[in-house]
Amino acid sequence: MTRLSRGALDILMLNPELKLNTKLFDKNVEQIPIRQGFGEGLLEAGKKDQRIVGLCADLTESTKMNLFAEKFPRRFIEIGVAEQNLAGVASGLAAMGKIPFISSYAMFSPGRNWEQIRTTICYNDRPVKIAGSHTGVSVGPDGGTHQALEDIAITRVLPRMIVISPCDSIEARKTTIASVDTGTPVYIRLAREKTPVMTTEKTPFEIGKAQIFWKSSKPQVGIIATGALLHQALLAAEALEGKIEVEVMNLSTIKPIDEKAVVALAEKARRIVTVEEHQVSGGMGSAVAECLAKHRPVPIEFIGVHDQFGQSGTPEELIEHYGMDTKSIIKAVEKILKR
Amino acid sequence: MALTDDKVKKLEERANKIRISIIDILEDAGSGHVAGPLDMADIFTVLFFHTLRHEPKKPDWPERDRLVLSNGHICPVLYTTMAYSGYFPIEELRTLRQFGSRLQGHPHRDFLPMLETSSGPLGAGLSQAVGMALADKINHGLTSQRRIYALLSDGELESGATWEAAMLAGKEKLNNLVAVVDRNNIQIDGYVEDIMPLEPLSDKWRAWNWHVIEIDGHNMEEIADAFDMSKTIFDRPTVIIAHTIAGKGVKEFERDYRWHSQLVDKKTEKMALKELRTLGGKLDVKDAL
Repeated sequence: MTRLSRGALDILMLNPELKLNTKLFDKNVEQIPIRQGFGEGLLEAGKKDQRIVGLCADLTESTKMNLFAEKFPRRFIEIGVAEQNLAGVASGLAAMGKIPFISSYAMFSPGRNWEQIRTTICYNDRPVKIAGSHTGVSVGPDGGTHQALEDIAITRVLPRMIVISPCDSIEARKTTIASVDTGTPVYIRLAREKTPVMTTEKTPFEIGKAQIFWKSSKPQVGIIATGALLHQALLAAEALEGKIEVEVMNLSTIKPIDEKAVVALAEKARRIVTVEEHQVSGGMGSAVAECLAKHRPVPIEFIGVHDQFGQSGTPEELIEHYGMDTKSIIKAVEKILKR
Repeated sequence: MALTDDKVKKLEERANKIRISIIDILEDAGSGHVAGPLDMADIFTVLFFHTLRHEPKKPDWPERDRLVLSNGHICPVLYTTMAYSGYFPIEELRTLRQFGSRLQGHPHRDFLPMLETSSGPLGAGLSQAVGMALADKINHGLTSQRRIYALLSDGELESGATWEAAMLAGKEKLNNLVAVVDRNNIQIDGYVEDIMPLEPLSDKWRAWNWHVIEIDGHNMEEIADAFDMSKTIFDRPTVIIAHTIAGKGVKEFERDYRWHSQLVDKKTEKMALKELRTLGGKLDVKDAL
């Protein structure tokens, strides 16, 4: 089979209802940072809704909030390096009817200011939207202090909080716009690096809805991925084609988890591999395990960081080192078939 | 508006009633904080019966001033003053800290939605008040009429988060924001100046571009005047450092940090109520309030 016809076959495996990017398996697939989608989404939402205000803790350009800040300087507040204040001030703005978006690196918000998020935002029932950028080891050379690997765990444990980890910049834009009207706190997980664009403008999006990106009529393994690593999962599915039948799910909303879709995949495949750039403890895989342990217990393999901190390196080196690359996913799929 | 002698007398009587009620409900509850609520009774009385623009029968009136209680543990004085102002029936005060009560051990909006905020963990209130003041600034600029009041303890000034908020308020020139510091010099582990000295406290606030007013926190006229004066400050937020006597009104409690959160038992209640009802022995027991 030539490479070209192989690619054509791959596209046939993509869920046609989702109108995904047909070039997503190409080597030169378009790559855009997920955080860029947040910046564009906030700008777009801000044009339509006067209630939206933006607050940042000295990382306005890094989190791409600069797009909003430049267009709406009166609705943008620079808080400085003061993440605890960032959360509390946003709560106060929300109390007066504003819809605040706060942004920083995820290590600092929701990392450093977790208790303020719990008490002044969640406990207080204020619809503040928290954008945490620079998650995962793919932050790269900055090293372990700046690589948030615990943010899903600490946000999904909070009552009222919705947790979303978009897979690409387009989904991040849609997430940002959809989060305006939830009436709840929302955590939006962003990443720094350029990420393959897998979805298109036409791909449907709804908070709380998981989607099967790679379809199979008789899957032997279900792969559930969140964030940019979804691309590695799709590459794994491509590599396994003709050997092992898999389905690949994009679980961008981690909380509330799409129980129905996750259970349906487990019913169908009877084995699950979860893939996330996050600590295995408490992350998306744990959320899937909680759901399946209750409704449809099946064997699960967890791809993610195993109780370690990150370090400096290129994103590719680090993803490989911590066992989250396509090869590791393939190994996990092969391993679970023997369980 | 300055207070008339008659109004001062009325406010003092009301504050005394509120203190009596605080002792009463703390004994009923069997736990809770004593000293802070008693020493803030005068300031709460002035706020709710003189200064605040609010409508107790219409707690969601959009134009109302906002009052953020940062040190949520002194909520017995908040609940009592709210009840006496007509927000909810006075009898409900007896449910304090009980299962299912709207009056949670620390204020929670889920249970009592008319609260402006839920609070408890210290150091978080000023940020929220700054956010509220900023919202009005964004909407109305300098013409913002509403006042945002943040009530803080002196102990919570040990929290860095308070100063993060203070810095931002100064930067944004939030003249619609008033912070009140209950300078009673006690906290759980001891006297504030022993635990972590705050002095020179007024200099600290001035350094962040706040207007500072220091008052006797038990003098009704000084309290009311300070709130009035804050309205004349054009280009910065105001902090009122209210020097208070911890546990004010009951000699045994006064200035003793152990009464920060000590249990009020039946015997103590009886002693405290007698002292408050006779205005510290000024009235005969038969004439007591």
